[in-house]
Amino acid sequence: MEVRAGLYYSKEHEWVRVEGDTAYIGITDFAQSHMGDIVFVELPEPGSEFSAMEIVGVIESVKAAADMHIPLSGAVFKVNEALETHPELLNADPYKNWIFSMDIGDPSDLDNLMDAAAYEAFCAGE
Amino acid sequence: MELKRTPLFEKHVAAKGKLIDFNSWELPVEYSGILFEHGFVRRSAGLFDVSHMGEIRIKGSDALHFVNRLVTNDIARAVPGQVVYSPMCHHDAGTVDDLLVYKISDEDFFLVVNAANKDKDFVHIQREAPAGIEVVDESAAWAQIALQGPKAIGIALRLADESLAGLKPFRFIGHALFAGKDCLISRTGYTGEDGLEIYCSPADAGTVWDALLDTGREDILPIGLGARDTLRFEAKLPLYGHELADDISPLEAGLDRFVKLDKPDGFIGSDILLAQKKEGLLRRMCEIEITGRGIPRPGYEVMAAGKTVGYVTSGGMCPALNRILALALIDSDCCRPESEVEIIIREKPVSAVIRQNAFYKRS
Repeated sequence: MEVRAGLYYSKEHEWVRVEGDTAYIGITDFAQSHMGDIVFVELPEPGSEFSAMEIVGVIESVKAAADMHIPLSGAVFKVNEALETHPELLNADPYKNWIFSMDIGDPSDLDNLMDAAAYEAFCAGE
Repeated sequence: MELKRTPLFEKHVAAKGKLIDFNSWELPVEYSGILFEHGFVRRSAGLFDVSHMGEIRIKGSDALHFVNRLVTNDIARAVPGQVVYSPMCHHDAGTVDDLLVYKISDEDFFLVVNAANKDKDFVHIQREAPAGIEVVDESAAWAQIALQGPKAIGIALRLADESLAGLKPFRFIGHALFAGKDCLISRTGYTGEDGLEIYCSPADAGTVWDALLDTGREDILPIGLGARDTLRFEAKLPLYGHELADDISPLEAGLDRFVKLDKPDGFIGSDILLAQKKEGLLRRMCEIEITGRGIPRPGYEVMAAGKTVGYVTSGGMCPALNRILALALIDSDCCRPESEVEIIIREKPVSAVIRQNAFYKRS
């Protein structure tokens, strides 16, 4: 199970890559492996604003639907439209294929997330 | 509560199957990915552990008459060595289960039933059985392996004696020598592909399983329950608990051709079913294709012209057809091909269309 250094991680198995005021959000290897084949992704609307941990979309596998959360407060900037026609990209490379990017509304939200080591320990207990 | 294990459990562990709790059985949902396994069965051959299924034996000098009263299809016209698919009804015409009836002789029948319903079926059959009929739950004595796909029969013939070569669809051989073991083999299945269902003693299951994998080589793979469900759905095969239930009759489920209302002595539920047919069904199973974006799942509401007209019984991606389809139980007057409906997915209406013949048929 791959856990990449340099990213922040949420308890919902999302990763966050910070680039200045922008954050890229995706799901982890743990998440895609547990879900199995992903067949549908419902992306959030660009421009929509959320508080941290709100449900912003859905990722569906063959067997089940899983809520997609936003780990930080802020506004959605871009969405990865390739996932609308090729949801399986999230299984193929969950770290390369980000789901959406956002403007970070409150940087202190990052304090509520885990680093790679903490996330790896968290997964071991799941 | 501890989960039950089939005789092939260690094989699934060794093959790194993703084990889940399937109705209190510890079975693999997948080994190498549901969609990959689905495609592999459609083009090659898949091996399924279905040992959790139930087997009930009915014997007696009057067994034929009893079994024909028990199930909706006509068993009297079947010959020894024939397998008949049939629903089995309550007196109120709701469905107890759907099952396969293996006719060994007019006095001896082998019923294969859904794992989840085995105990319920056994109680029902015992209660309905008159004196002189012996009903035995043989489930613990049988392991079952399904081999399905276009390359399935070819692989099996390398492990069988000549008796297997002429086996026709919906026929069985009571005692075949297969991989050196005594097996009951039928040309039946639940995937929409050609193939076999192989029944053997639990002690022999591992040998049969390994022999098939060894002989089939790169043409065969173990397949999990996830793909078993996507395959049967894509082929529009009903699943009890979805298309059939205690409160869904086989006519509502669209299984008319397995309901022989003209059987001379009738059957349990036939009077209600005759009335349903005469008055016209209020609701029926319909094929739906999603034209918007979303995955339909069991229980989701179906709406037409702003009102609720029914619900989804099964739904999902059909990989071989590249379509998202659903089966839904809806008001009969809304069941017109090409009419537009909406399926409510997470509180939002998603556009869909009623279809006909949209599901998979093998060529």
